[in-house]
Amino acid sequence: MTVKECYEEAGGNYEDVMSRLRTDDRVIRFLGKVADDGSFALLSQSLEARNMEDAFRAAHTLKGVCLNLSLTRLYNSSAQLTEALRGRNEYGADLEPLFETVKQDYERTVSCIRRLLN
Amino acid sequence: MSGNKKKILIVDDSELNRSLLADMLSEDFEIVEAENGVEAVRIMHEQELEISLVLLDIVMPQMDGFAVLSMMNRKGWIKTIPVIMISAETGGTYIDRAYDLGAIDYISRPFDERTVKHRVACNFMLGARQKEMSEMLSRQIYQKEKDNSLMIEILSHIVEFRNGESGLHVLHVNVITKMVLEQLVRKTDKYKLSVQDIRMISNASALHDIGKISIPSEVLNKPGRFTPEEFEIMKRHTLEGAKMLDDIPFRKGEDLIKIGYQICRWHHERFDGRGYPDGLKGDEIPIAAQVVSIADVYDALTSKRVYKDAYSPDTAVDMILRGECGTFNPLLLECLVELAPRLKKELNVVSLGNHTDDKLHDTVKQILRGDRSDASARSIRLLERERQKFRFLSDISGEIIFEYSAVPEMLYLSEHGAETLRLPMRIEEPLKNEQWCAVFPPNDFKRMLSAIHGTTPLNPVVTCKFLLTINGVQKWTKVIAKTMWGDSEAPEFEGAIGKIMDVDDEIKTMKKLEKKAELDERTGLYNHAAAKAQIEKLLAGAGDRHYALAMFDLDDFKSANDKYGHMFGDKVLAEIADRIRENIRSTDIAARMGGDEFMLFMEYQDDAVPQTERIFKQLTQKFRSFDMRVSMGLAVSDGVSDFDTLFRMADTAMYTIKRGSKNGYAFYDESMKETLQEEESQTDGKSKGE
Repeated sequence: MTVKECYEEAGGNYEDVMSRLRTDDRVIRFLGKVADDGSFALLSQSLEARNMEDAFRAAHTLKGVCLNLSLTRLYNSSAQLTEALRGRNEYGADLEPLFETVKQDYERTVSCIRRLLN
Repeated sequence: MSGNKKKILIVDDSELNRSLLADMLSEDFEIVEAENGVEAVRIMHEQELEISLVLLDIVMPQMDGFAVLSMMNRKGWIKTIPVIMISAETGGTYIDRAYDLGAIDYISRPFDERTVKHRVACNFMLGARQKEMSEMLSRQIYQKEKDNSLMIEILSHIVEFRNGESGLHVLHVNVITKMVLEQLVRKTDKYKLSVQDIRMISNASALHDIGKISIPSEVLNKPGRFTPEEFEIMKRHTLEGAKMLDDIPFRKGEDLIKIGYQICRWHHERFDGRGYPDGLKGDEIPIAAQVVSIADVYDALTSKRVYKDAYSPDTAVDMILRGECGTFNPLLLECLVELAPRLKKELNVVSLGNHTDDKLHDTVKQILRGDRSDASARSIRLLERERQKFRFLSDISGEIIFEYSAVPEMLYLSEHGAETLRLPMRIEEPLKNEQWCAVFPPNDFKRMLSAIHGTTPLNPVVTCKFLLTINGVQKWTKVIAKTMWGDSEAPEFEGAIGKIMDVDDEIKTMKKLEKKAELDERTGLYNHAAAKAQIEKLLAGAGDRHYALAMFDLDDFKSANDKYGHMFGDKVLAEIADRIRENIRSTDIAARMGGDEFMLFMEYQDDAVPQTERIFKQLTQKFRSFDMRVSMGLAVSDGVSDFDTLFRMADTAMYTIKRGSKNGYAFYDESMKETLQEEESQTDGKSKGE
């Protein structure tokens, strides 16, 4: 699997990331970090524990990471969740579909990355 | 080469973002990372001088980017460390707020390698250039000031050497003038003196005696008193000096010349109008001349001259206050009194070599501050040099030296101090740190903090004693701390520096001495006063406990002394002390009240008689060939809670025994009182009848 193929399957923008980060090597190295990053885990735990402040920060971090690596699909869903969480003190049912989308996108993206790395 | 790379601090809570930025920049810069605001502030606190640029995220746990910027403003770091914000937050208000707080640029995510490198390099160069410029500026100011004060010093030293003086007088007058002016400004704004004015006046003070150049040296250096004619000649140095400055053909408008003129002409005027040459009165005399005048007199009194010895600083102040050297402005007299302790110290420190340098550093610092320009690289280097000196001295001194910073709250220990206390050199929030609290009891530490908070910039030193636990052993220590105040107009509490000294031995010796003072020398029992104090304590907390107070003396002590000598008498007293010690509990109290009179204070359960009987028997056993016979009176504490009453009761019981059969003991009862009173009135009656 090439980096380009990985991006296509995960719903990312390969041209964009290459224009900014310049080399395949660097992109691969940082994709590896996305797979190991704890933000998603923190996000699910915080939502479960109804800790809205931490949930916002975790979603925000995840969004930032995706933006940096042009993982567009996951970026879009995590950005929506981030905005829904911004300045919010209480959990609500409206968060569930948003989180569900993030979860699907995240799992898909990470599985693509893992295949690329192996 | 890598050693010369400039340091960049990257602050972002996402490890991935940090390493992405680090990856882009590490080729050209040394990277330090912080994962939240608190850590960033800590790193800046420690490496303020090394960090050349900060990349700062906004949304972070613990302390966000805006809070970091506020802290950098508060600490003044924002002036020297450029900050570039990084964030996906592209909302206008976010950017505005960051700019308002002093951020210089803004990079938004996603990071583009070229943009990041370019922005960092640009801002970095900008900062470096600014530093260079301000360094250049400060070098020029430094040079100009150095030339100025060098000329003044040369000029005035010529006068002094001609006058046969050491040259220290000019320096002393300079230092005293500056201190008095600074004190005056603290008291009143009557004279409208700026920092620049004070610098100018103390500089110009060096000129006060230049007129002496024109006084013939046989008058100038005459050891004895002046004749009235000679004194008239001598007085001329004021007008001569003023004329010299007035005659300078150019630079007439310069402040230094104007103030120099005032000082030369009027530094012998007096507040009541009795000075010379013009007989000016009160504030007709310019304040510059008034201050130099008092400085001149103070230093003349405390220095040795051909015609007199040096007076002590205290005497000098007294003489000036008593008006022995003429009348001065009462405000200045107040300043002098307030400064007296510091003057003593400072003048000892001022010597010929280091003075110019000290003053110049002051000047450069002030000018830079005055122009609102940032700390220059030069002053930073000076500061760093001072830090190195301090670190070295504190390490070799073998003492526990600490630095406490209030915001962020942190405690630093010297290397040796950390080793001795087995603590890390840096302790964040000491009151929440278990290790620190195990050494320094938190309540004591709070007490010390409030003591240093309570000081004033004029009186910033605190000394307290604390019982610390060092290596698991409790030790008495003395803590001396000096509060650090910011040097702004309204000084702000910044923290303190100080040292912790082990005074355990000293205090233990003191306690031993105190104890010794409570003991009777001959027998090692308590003396009367100490026993009384202890008994009163026991009686106050007696509750249900029963106590008996016994008093006794030896029936035939005088005859033992007469018969066997005083040496034997001493041995008898020592023997009694030993017998007492063997027969009472450690909580009981035994005292020798003087002569052969003793006192015992004992606890008993139901009946005091058995133990009294036992002790009495022990006491009355034969000592060598001497029959020990004892008259003992006792009183019990039931219903009696004060020592004096108990004492009188036991005393009465003892005298009842003495008047009767002797060699026995008796407990006090009310009938004794009557008997005693009767006897007393009879003896009284007799003596009246005679």
